Amino acid sequence: MDARLRWKTRFFLILVILTQPVGNLALTLGMKHRPLSTPLDYLLAIFSPYVALGIVFLVVWLLSRMALLSWADMSYVLPLTAVGYIANAILGRFVLQERISSTRWSGTLLIVAGTVLVGMTPPRTASGRQP
Amino acid sequence: MRAWILVGIVVAATVAGDALQSFEMKRQGEVHIRGGRLGSVAAALATNKYLILAIFCMAVSFFAFITLLSQSDLSFAVPASAGSFVLETVLARFLLGEQVDFRRWVGAALVAGGVALLAV
Repeated sequence: MDARLRWKTRFFLILVILTQPVGNLALTLGMKHRPLSTPLDYLLAIFSPYVALGIVFLVVWLLSRMALLSWADMSYVLPLTAVGYIANAILGRFVLQERISSTRWSGTLLIVAGTVLVGMTPPRTASGRQP
Repeated sequence: MRAWILVGIVVAATVAGDALQSFEMKRQGEVHIRGGRLGSVAAALATNKYLILAIFCMAVSFFAFITLLSQSDLSFAVPASAGSFVLETVLARFLLGEQVDFRRWVGAALVAGGVALLAV
């Protein structure tokens, strides 16, 4: 992988990792305890300020991830973006005041350990596969 | 129990959407970010049936996810949906033909272990 592609990959990875937790936080703030019994409730929910903001962040996340997937392996990109799971847990604990048990922290850390291990593998393994 | 059913819907729809997305974006080739061509690339991708199907799957995943967030903690909902990585690694190997080496399999197994701990 040349230097240009390496920097492009890093830039898009950072974008993908940061936008998801922030988007999820905004979604949670907008959705918490919201009654959802009819399709109209869902429609009203997605146009509420926090949920709309969350959707904007998640659209940026989706587009940057789609671009990343066009040159890097899915099995490299997707687990690596799970580094954002730590950020989600921290936001849940300190912004949303959620009680996170030691078992839940252990589970989250195990997921991060898995992502780090995957990050040690090369991003593209199937050379010459593209049409 | 209802929360885990929602997690199951999120995972299944995410896996289907990601696999379709990766398959089609690889088929299209590497995206080059240049102002003039970006519009035509976006237009071509927006009419692609695999990507439309992928977006439908992601919409299903999204609505299941916000329903989950309305009744569960963020610190549960997000890691629980990581179960998709395990299925995705299997699909990447057998459907997309990616070479998933030993470390990636162990990484996926650790993610699976982490999700299992959330269920305790």
